[in-house]
Amino acid sequence: MTTAATPMSVVTMPARSRSEVIAFAVMVALLLIAPVFIYPLFLMKALCFALFACAFNLLLGYVGLLSFGHALYFGWASYVSAYAAKVLGFNPEFAILAGALTAAVLGLVAGSLAIRRQGIYFAMITLALAQMMYFFAVQAPFTGGEDGIQSVPRGYLFGLIDLGQPLAMYGTVLVIFLGGFLAIYRIIHSPFGEVLKAIRENEPRAISLGYKTDRHKLIAFVLSATFAGLAGGTKAIVFQLASLTDVDWPMSGEVVLMALVGGLGTVFGPVVGAVIVVAMQNYLAQVGQWVLVIQGVIFVACVLLFRRGIVGELAARLRIKL
Amino acid sequence: MSAEIILETEDLTKEFAGFAAVGGVDLRVARGSIHALIGPNGAGKTTCFNLLTKFLSPTRGRIVFKGQNITDMQPADVARLGLVRSFQISAVFPHMTVLENVRIALQRLRGNSMDFWRSRAVLDQYNDRAMELIADVGLTEFTNWNAVELPYGRKRALEIATTLALDPEMLLLDEPTAGMGHEDIERISQLIKRVAANRTVLMVEHNLSVVADLSDTITVLTRGRVLAEGDYATVSNNPEVREAYMGVGHA
Repeated sequence: MTTAATPMSVVTMPARSRSEVIAFAVMVALLLIAPVFIYPLFLMKALCFALFACAFNLLLGYVGLLSFGHALYFGWASYVSAYAAKVLGFNPEFAILAGALTAAVLGLVAGSLAIRRQGIYFAMITLALAQMMYFFAVQAPFTGGEDGIQSVPRGYLFGLIDLGQPLAMYGTVLVIFLGGFLAIYRIIHSPFGEVLKAIRENEPRAISLGYKTDRHKLIAFVLSATFAGLAGGTKAIVFQLASLTDVDWPMSGEVVLMALVGGLGTVFGPVVGAVIVVAMQNYLAQVGQWVLVIQGVIFVACVLLFRRGIVGELAARLRIKL
Repeated sequence: MSAEIILETEDLTKEFAGFAAVGGVDLRVARGSIHALIGPNGAGKTTCFNLLTKFLSPTRGRIVFKGQNITDMQPADVARLGLVRSFQISAVFPHMTVLENVRIALQRLRGNSMDFWRSRAVLDQYNDRAMELIADVGLTEFTNWNAVELPYGRKRALEIATTLALDPEMLLLDEPTAGMGHEDIERISQLIKRVAANRTVLMVEHNLSVVADLSDTITVLTRGRVLAEGDYATVSNNPEVREAYMGVGHA
């Protein structure tokens, strides 16, 4: 409230805060030097999930809509990208794009149905639709059932760059992640994003001001699904695999966990949350199923002790925007 | 009695499982007037408001606003026609600043609410108008506060500023002074008087001195029906009204 004490003080809010710019620079710097120290495949996995979590956070953190079926967009995009690259012989960039577009269409269909309901009903509809599409993935011939689509070629980016090279692949994933991250940042900080925030804060009031909030919610839903699809498609190319794991409901739960641990409604929270969850799965792999127990404990601790998540808590302590 | 009617209802009825919360209300609001809707708790005032702004659908009846039948419209469309409401519980966007609250309304009016690819810096074009509106309700020193931190009376003022940003032809105020202290009531009544200078106001209000002070016309509702209508003197001298609402012996 220190800022409010001076009457007629600065009226305008800066479009981006300095803390956000610095945090972004630090993040880019870390990601550029990271492959020197850390196994690139792990980094690429973390980046794919970070983008997925950012896309999810756009809905839950900024519109207040809890989708419990985001694996649908992530998983189906990875199937389509894998199929396009392996069977149809698409270049990787077009394969990924095909995955993202598929997710957009699925988002449009599922979103149109789900946004008619509020709260828990919304979450249940998204879950039900995702499960429906999961069973479709189990049965459909082109998804490879239990085997999935394996040994997907990474191919040549733009027909030129061999993505078989780990660093070329890493660079590509990094560009996709940063592009997606900045696009989502822009959406949040746009005139449209401002209306989303108003809907999250008080939907009846937004309606009474003449906003057709269902339209805004649907557009946000489709955008979120599209970026989730971008992440899923990229993951399929990186791991040369699309499988049932990515469309199944635990994946939908995992993305909730990532966003929550990092901090809902913060720009960087989902990235931090995704890195932590992926790191746990990776480095605690030797304890087997106990990873799930540890995840559960972290989830409970988060909800009980620091509800704002790691980044949210940090931002609140330092009184900055992150 | 030649004043132009801006809002009219005909046999407006809302039944909840057979119980008529609003039963056959014929309401006529003259353009440019301040019209108060009063009545004891449960008389159907808020239901009436919800029907007028389409937050509820009537079981029966017709609503005509500016000569247009709005009975089957969506709430957002009714707002776009210029019939904008406030809520009984203060309706602000709590975790947005006072400035951002007002800009949301301006942004709807001037239309770039779908632009997700542009920077929100484009919203700065609304700052001047927003500051005028904020000054108008006496909130200048709170411009950068989050709405949630404002005292109750100030929240109501912010809500009115946000509503006025749409420059609506007609305002529906649901208990604008409910829960306010004496000073706040005074400030809000002055504000209502001022904003009503060039628009129509229909309000639900419990504070009778505010009603007496502000309204040109008063409609008394009890059990979902119109009991009496007229100016304050007429209504307050009506024996039925005195018995049903104000209590016998009310001055």
